[in-house]
Amino acid sequence: MFEPARRRTDPRNLVRLAPLALLVLAGCAGRGDLYVLLPGKGGHNGALIVTSGDGQRVLDQPYAAARVSRTGSVEAVATTEAEVRRAFGPALAAQPGRPVSFYLYFLADTDEFTPESKQVVTQIFAEIARRPAPDIVIIGHTDRVGPVPYNDQLSLKRAERVREDLRKLGIPKVRISVAGRGEREPEVPTADEVPEPRNRRVEINVR
Amino acid sequence: MRSALIALALPLVLAVGAASAEAAGQRLPAPVGSVVHQGDLVITGADGSVGITFRDNSLLSVGPDSVLSIDRFVFNSTTHLGAFESSLKQGTLAVVSGKLAKQSPEAMKVKTPAAILGVRGTEFLVRTGPSTN
Repeated sequence: MFEPARRRTDPRNLVRLAPLALLVLAGCAGRGDLYVLLPGKGGHNGALIVTSGDGQRVLDQPYAAARVSRTGSVEAVATTEAEVRRAFGPALAAQPGRPVSFYLYFLADTDEFTPESKQVVTQIFAEIARRPAPDIVIIGHTDRVGPVPYNDQLSLKRAERVREDLRKLGIPKVRISVAGRGEREPEVPTADEVPEPRNRRVEINVR
Repeated sequence: MRSALIALALPLVLAVGAASAEAAGQRLPAPVGSVVHQGDLVITGADGSVGITFRDNSLLSVGPDSVLSIDRFVFNSTTHLGAFESSLKQGTLAVVSGKLAKQSPEAMKVKTPAAILGVRGTEFLVRTGPSTN
């Protein structure tokens, strides 16, 4: 994979090969270090800048790889996706779940889910509960019907209701924080006192 | 070993197999849900691997026989400014960079005995060979 190939060599060829072997050792044997850029999510690959004592190389293509040679320079290494997946399998398998957000919607002036949200809530909660050590932030919101202080209370009540549901699924309360933002952060901006179902929601941020 | 009292980082550890965190010179087992602090060493055994989610949503995971030092983690959740420096002393590491690297390209650095890696919003892998000297 990333080791130089080991090959049996006829002793008679050794002298002839010696200069080449030296070159291979100096150039490739390195220290066993390896740096690989992976394809980014959403087509943004970004870049990895590898700097050694005696050189620098910018990796900006998926599966571009480099290592530091014995002489201290940074040299390119040819890799394939399959080789990389093998060499880094356990580290890749241990990657924590990516941060994700879910939204649930409520009936006007209640902490009861809409029929649509009721249909997806079990699935969403199951996905959250699958994480071994989730860190959850629940933020409640309202539409602009009613006074601001009332909506602050209502938005918090919605967030707390979701926390209670998650707690019942066995997620420790300490892993969940809640906040109510009232009518301050509408999904859809409206004039005051306008009912807007898309603003009656909680946002569940999981990581 | 630096003290682990500076609890600026609030990452969550997902540990599989033998893993431990060394803080203030003391090695402690790191079960799922453990918190890692600035200055800690994360160490895995021959069958171990660990995934850590940091407060800026950076994801770091190490494979077996690895030693990862969390040298520095500072993150302002309002401005997304700060610094994240870690060192892979040994083994394998997979990184998905988070808000720090997105906000400023200089913020995240990963060191190995042979090189320093600068990160521009990306996903990458690092392997450090067994220490020979």
